[in-house]
Amino acid sequence: MPSLTLLGQALVSGVLAGGIYGLLALGLSLSWGLLRLVNLAHFALALLGAYLTYQLGTALHMSPWLAAAAIVPGFFLLGCGLHAVFAYFRVTEFTSLLVTFGLTVILESLLQWFWTADYRRYETPYATASLRVGPLFVPVLEMLACLTAAALALATWAWLRFTYVGKALRASAEDPAMAAAFGVNHRRQAFLLSGVSAAYAGVAGTFIALISTLAPAQIWAWVGVVFAVVIIGGLANPIGALLAGLLIGVSESITMAVVTPAWAPLVSFSVLIVILLVRPGRV
Amino acid sequence: MSGAARRFTIALMVIGLALAALATAGLPAFYESFLYIIFSWIALATSWAILSGYAGYFSFGHGAFFGAGMYTTATLTTRFNVPFLWTLLAAGLIAAALGAGIGAVVFRVKRLRGELFGLLTLAITFVLGTIVLNTRIDGGPGVFLSAVPLPRLLASPTGTIYLLGLALAVTTVGVAYAIGRSRLGFGLFAIHDDEDVAEVEGVPTFRYKLAAFALSAGIAGVAGGIHAMYVGYVTVGETFSITVPLYVVLMSVLGGARHWLGPAVGATLIAASLYAFTGGQQAVLGRAAVALVLVLVILLLPEGVVPAVLRRWRSWRPRTPVMETAPAPEILDGHAREPHVAPRPASLVVSDVTKAFGGIQALRGVSLSVAPGEIVGLVGPNGSGKTTLINLISGHYQTDGGRIELGDVTLSTRPAHEVAGLGVSRTYQIPRPFAHLTALDNVAVAATFGAARRSPGHARAEARRWLEFTGLSRRAAALPSELNLHERKFLELARALAGQPRVILLDEVLSGLNPGEIASAIGLIRQIQARGVAILFVEHLMRAVLALSDRLVVLNEGEVIASGSPHEAMRASRVIEVYLGKSHVA
Repeated sequence: MPSLTLLGQALVSGVLAGGIYGLLALGLSLSWGLLRLVNLAHFALALLGAYLTYQLGTALHMSPWLAAAAIVPGFFLLGCGLHAVFAYFRVTEFTSLLVTFGLTVILESLLQWFWTADYRRYETPYATASLRVGPLFVPVLEMLACLTAAALALATWAWLRFTYVGKALRASAEDPAMAAAFGVNHRRQAFLLSGVSAAYAGVAGTFIALISTLAPAQIWAWVGVVFAVVIIGGLANPIGALLAGLLIGVSESITMAVVTPAWAPLVSFSVLIVILLVRPGRV
Repeated sequence: MSGAARRFTIALMVIGLALAALATAGLPAFYESFLYIIFSWIALATSWAILSGYAGYFSFGHGAFFGAGMYTTATLTTRFNVPFLWTLLAAGLIAAALGAGIGAVVFRVKRLRGELFGLLTLAITFVLGTIVLNTRIDGGPGVFLSAVPLPRLLASPTGTIYLLGLALAVTTVGVAYAIGRSRLGFGLFAIHDDEDVAEVEGVPTFRYKLAAFALSAGIAGVAGGIHAMYVGYVTVGETFSITVPLYVVLMSVLGGARHWLGPAVGATLIAASLYAFTGGQQAVLGRAAVALVLVLVILLLPEGVVPAVLRRWRSWRPRTPVMETAPAPEILDGHAREPHVAPRPASLVVSDVTKAFGGIQALRGVSLSVAPGEIVGLVGPNGSGKTTLINLISGHYQTDGGRIELGDVTLSTRPAHEVAGLGVSRTYQIPRPFAHLTALDNVAVAATFGAARRSPGHARAEARRWLEFTGLSRRAAALPSELNLHERKFLELARALAGQPRVILLDEVLSGLNPGEIASAIGLIRQIQARGVAILFVEHLMRAVLALSDRLVVLNEGEVIASGSPHEAMRASRVIEVYLGKSHVA
C-alpha cells in the first residue's frame, strides 16, 4: 500500500490531468451534442495549437499568452471554415467521423512534415514552478490549465443555459425542423458553435505546449480517453465534461500509483464500456 | 446455383488460381510481400463489411479480433510448439468466440448502434490490448516468431505467406458474396435499414447479428494469425492500435461497404497507395494524400466507389436489366418450387393483457378475439392504447400480464420474429419501408422470413405476386423514397401479406389516402378477408370501420369500454360519452 502522501500527490496530479481531459472534451462534446458532428479532428487541432504556440515561442520569442491571443481567434475562424465544408456537403453524424478522421491524418502528416516525429519540448520559466501545499506539490501551469477548464466549462454552461443563442442551439439539437419553425436560425448558430469549439481546441493547445512534450502521434493517445470523458459527462453538458474529466484523471493516476502505470488505460475504457452498456440513453 | 452465382464462382476461382500460379512461377519476393499486404487488407476489410457494411453496425473493434488472432498464433507457436497452420484455425476460433461473446452482451442493448457501437468496440480493443500487455500473453517486450518453422507450401517463405493470404482473401470475398445472396444477407440488409421492423417481419435479428459478428471476427483472427508470421515480431502497440480498425472502415467506405466487392476494391486502392509511399518524409506526404483522397471520396461519393461505378455503367447501358428487375424465379438453393400452401387458419385471442410504460398504464386488462375470416375493428381516441396493443401482439413489446394466443400457441412470451414466423403480420401507421431495398425486396424480406419460409429467390417470385395484388407491379424496382404516400401504404400491405399470415394487424392503413385510394384499399381488405385471414383493423375513419368490421371493440384509456356489432358498440352510452361528452348521452 503506497503512503498517504503518494496517494495525495496522485490525487492532485489526477485532478490536474483531468482538467486537460475536460478542456479537450468540452469542444468535442459541444459539437457532437449540439451539431451531431463527431469531430475527431478536434485532437489534431489542439495539437496544431500546441505546435503553433511552441513555434511562436521558440522562433519569435513570443510569450505563450500572446501566442494564445493570436491562436484562439484564428482557430475560431478555422472552426467556422470547417463547418462551412460540413454544411455544404450535408455531412451526417457518421460521415463526420470518417471525414474528420481523414482531416486528422492530414494534419498529423503536416505536423510531422514541419516539426518531424521527434519529441519537442517548449522550455519556459514557469514550466517547473510549483506551489507547495503541506507535503504536496501543485505545478502552477497545470493548475492554471485546470482552472481555465473549469472557468470555460462554467461559462459555456451559463451561455447554453441563459442566453438566447444557447437555448436556440439546444432547441435545434433536439428538433431542427421545429426550432426552425419557431424562427431559430440554426445555420448561423452552428457556425458560431463550431468556431467556439475550435477556439477551445486552441486554448487546450496552448496549455498542452506548456505542460507536455510534443509529438504528432500524441493525437491518438487522447482519442480513447477523451471520448470516454465526453460520453461519461453527457453530450453537450459542459459541467459534466469537466467532472468526467476529473473522474477519469483521478482514477487513472490512482491506478498508476497503486497498481502500475501500464494498467491505467484499462480504467477509462472500462468505465466507458460499462456506461455504454448500462446507460446507452446518455448519449 | 443461378447463372450469376456460377459465373461469380468461376471468375473468383480463375483469378485465385492465376494469382497462385504467379507465385509458383517465381515472383520476386518484393512483389510477393506487396501483394500479400493487399490480400491481407482485402480479407480484413471484406470481413469487417459482413457485419458492419451489410447490417450497418459500424465496428471500430476489428483490431481486437485481428490482434486476438496474432497473439493466439504467437503464443501457440512459441510457447506450445503447435504447428503454424493449426494455430490459424485456433486464431479464427478464438477471435470468433470473442466476437460472439461481445455480441451476446452488446446486442441485447437496443440503443447501442451507430457511433456508440463503434466507440464501444474501440474501447474493447484498448482494454484487450492493455490486458495482453500486462499479462503473460505478452508482458511488455513483444513476442518473436523468428524461430517458428514455416511449412513449405512454396520454396520461399514469402511465397508461402503469399499463398495463405491469397487463399484467405479469395475465401473471404466468396463468403461475402454468398452471404449477400442468402437468407442471412437478406436479413442483415433489413437490419441495416430498420432493425425493429426487420424483427417484426420475422428476421431473427439477434441471432443474425451474432452470426455475422462471429464470422467477421473469425476471419479477422485468421488474418491476424497469418500476419503474425509475416511480421515475425508481435507487439501490443502495433497490434491493438487504431490503425487496423480505421483502415478497414476507410477501405470499405471508399469501395462501398454494402457491396460484396466494395471493401476489396477499397482495400486494394488504399493498401497499394500506402505501399507506394513507404520510407522517409515522402511517406508522410503520401499518407496525407491518401487521407485527402479519402475525405474527397466520402464527401463526393458517400455510397462508395463500386456502387457509384455500377450505377454509371448501368445508365450507359439502359437495356441491361438491373438485377432486382430480372425475371424472378431464379432458384438459388436447388429445391423444387414450393406449392402455395395456405396456412392453417387460427383465431387470435387476447386475454386480460396489461402494459405500463413507467408510471403510465397503457393497457389495463384488455381482452378481445379475432376469428379466421373475421374483421374486428379496434377504435378509440388517440392515446387509448390501440397501437400499444398491436405492438404487444406483434411481439415488439412484452406484456406485463395476461396472455396472447394464436390457435393453441401462446404468443405473448415469444420474441417478435417468432411471432411473425407463426403467422402474425402488421402494417405501420406511418409506413416504415427498408430504405435501401427496392419495393420488390421490401416485400421479399417478409416473404423470406414470414410464416411461409422461403429462400430469397422464391421469395422474390412470391413478392411479385403481392405487388401485383396491391397494384404496385410497375414500381417493383423503385426505392421507397421514390414512392408516394399511397404507394408506400400499399407497400406496407403487400409486405404484411407476403408472409402468408394467419392474422393481420392493420394500423390506420387508410389515414392520409384520398377517397378513390380508400375505396381500392377497402376492396383489398375484403379480398384478404376472403382468404380466411383474421384481421384486426385499427382506424379512425368511422365510415370505413362501420363498413368493414364484423365486430367492433372500443378502447378508452387502456380499457375495453364496449364491444359487439358495430352499430351496437357505437350506441353504447360509454362510447358516446367518451367521443362526444356526457351531455350527448341520451
